[in-house]
Amino acid sequence: MILIVAEHSNGKLRKSALELAQAGRELARELDVEPVGLILGSGVQECASELARYLPRVRVVDDPALADIRADTWTTAITELAKDLPARVVFLSASRTGLSVGPRVAVRLGAPLLEDVTSLEVDGDSLAATRLAYLARVTERVRAGSLPAVVSVKPNVYALPAASETGSVEAAEISFGERDLRVTVGEKRKPAGGSVALEEASVVVSGGRGLGGAEGFATLVEPLAGLLGAGIAATRAVVDAGWRPYAEQVGQTGKTVAPELYLALGVSGAVQHLSGMNRSKVVVAINKDGDAPIFKAADYGIVGDVHKIVPELTEALREGKG
Amino acid sequence: MKIVAILKQVPDAEARLRDGADGVDLGGVTFVIDGMDEYGVEEALRLREGGADGEIVALALGPRRYEEAIRTALAMGVDRAIHVETDENLDPISQARVLASVIDGEGADLVFVGGKQADWDSSALGPAVAEALGWPHSDWTTRVEVRGGTLSVTHDADEGTEDLELPLPAVVTTQQGLNEPRYPTLPNIMKAKRKELRKSSLADAGGAEPFTRLLGQSLELRERRNVILTGDPSEAARELVRRLRDEAKVLAK
Ligand SMILES: Cc1cc2nc3c(=O)[nH]c(=O)nc-3n(C[C@H](O)[C@H](O)[C@H](O)COP(=O)(O)OP(=O)(O)OC[C@H]3O[C@@H](n4cnc5c(N)ncnc54)[C@H](O)[C@@H]3O)c2cc1C
Ligand SMILES: Nc1ncnc2c1ncn2[C@@H]1O[C@H](COP(=O)(O)O)[C@@H](O)[C@H]1O
Repeated sequence: MILIVAEHSNGKLRKSALELAQAGRELARELDVEPVGLILGSGVQECASELARYLPRVRVVDDPALADIRADTWTTAITELAKDLPARVVFLSASRTGLSVGPRVAVRLGAPLLEDVTSLEVDGDSLAATRLAYLARVTERVRAGSLPAVVSVKPNVYALPAASETGSVEAAEISFGERDLRVTVGEKRKPAGGSVALEEASVVVSGGRGLGGAEGFATLVEPLAGLLGAGIAATRAVVDAGWRPYAEQVGQTGKTVAPELYLALGVSGAVQHLSGMNRSKVVVAINKDGDAPIFKAADYGIVGDVHKIVPELTEALREGKG
Repeated sequence: MKIVAILKQVPDAEARLRDGADGVDLGGVTFVIDGMDEYGVEEALRLREGGADGEIVALALGPRRYEEAIRTALAMGVDRAIHVETDENLDPISQARVLASVIDGEGADLVFVGGKQADWDSSALGPAVAEALGWPHSDWTTRVEVRGGTLSVTHDADEGTEDLELPLPAVVTTQQGLNEPRYPTLPNIMKAKRKELRKSSLADAGGAEPFTRLLGQSLELRERRNVILTGDPSEAARELVRRLRDEAKVLAK
């Protein structure tokens, strides 16, 4: 069987959870085994019912101990259910949670880990996956030595599945020990995000230090993004300066996006930033320095001051629409 | 308190990579200590400067060339180093077992490791080492404080930041924002040459079997058009809109 660990937020499945259901369904068909969804949390019956529209079988561990996401409780719950099924593949999303829990599950199961994969196929009696390396400049193929294997799947790669199932939901109980509960989660600070979820946007307007301050975002980036229905992104330099929330950071230590159109305004194009957006379909750069590395990573570039070019661009787009 | 900082040595971020016969050709590439790991070295030094007494040990698993990265850590102020030298290409899960056995032998209380390695783009090593040791971990950590036997941290989660309290011993994965790593001074670079760098082998750690195998690698970046549009701002902007609509077809007509 294949165990698919579906993440949720505010009582709803995350988009990456649905993508994972799709990846799991495809692989289950190839391996001729059953895909089983797993929901971990507290007060999550509705998420489990939602997942059962995509998978024939869903197990749910509904426990106050799971109210906070903790690597220890998740590792124990996932490992025990994986052994119980038994699962030949454990699927996680390559979110921060999945990247943190996946290696622990692999070590506890004594299983190989295929991390942050962008495609997956059956290879003889095991699995081979494609993933990125060297700050996303290299594509590599990796084979798991044996099954069971733990696989974390990069968000935004798989299509969303059709809600074609009326699966069963079964409760499962895990008895957590003291060790599972040793970490306490304190204060949480959720950033005020943009209006369009960054990873889900088909157009992204991204700003760098060249915007000069939070005001540059308000006067240049926000109107343009609003017009295009785009998500707003920022560089690390911008986030560190406190101009924009961390949730908007794209790059090695931020989010990975691959929209149809990525507009980089006043962004220099450091390798660490490029690694989070270099799979975008079309890249536009506006920068006053013609030698900025972003132009090498761009399809279209305009060398000039964002304060002069961006209002013209917004205006031209508005006219083009009207 | 004994602190271990795990190190990797990776290609410089600006290095030009080339396709080679079997995978990426790293010939002629400059290697540096992974920037992510430097934050861990720095944080260990700061904890000690802040009053936590004890030893700081650098630990690395990799080929001979790693020595240079280890020397960098020693020059930053680490007391001594252990280098498990191997040319084998081990995945993070099998590396974790080897590193955990060394850490266990050292009797460490706190382990730092970079949050994401710049060669394999992997964030698995920290959590895997923690699991192999049976310890808790904090990932993507931006603040570390030791309060008696408890570690108080702030880290990035999927939906914002959160504070955690972990009992020691524990593993912390580091990232940009935790601190600004210091540059080694010349006297410290000289001093580092006399510091202990103990060599060890995979066999000493009970051997290691890879869990995954690399089948191939290729440099696969999207071809970009690299068109620079000129003219006054208004003309250039209009030309851009036209190209996006008619040539790239990413705007609705
Ligand atoms: C371990 C590590 C991880 C990192 N992770 C990330 C990450 O995840 N994401 C990330 O983005 N960075 C990351 N960085 C930082 C990265 O190396 C760069 O420092 C950062 O991306 C630079 O941001 P920037 O382009 O906004 O600023 P700068 O590099 O300062 O560039 C500003 C650009 O704006 C242009 N400009 C200035 N004024 C104007 C104007 N009026 N009009 C037009 N253009 C103008 C300038 O020519 C310049 O090119 C990381 C670094 C390290 C070491
Ligand atoms: N079950 C699966 N799990 C993960 N990846 C898959 C699976 N099936 C196909 N893929 C990958 O998804 C991409 C599109 O596959 P397909 O839709 O089958 O043509 C290819 O790169 C496949 O390698």
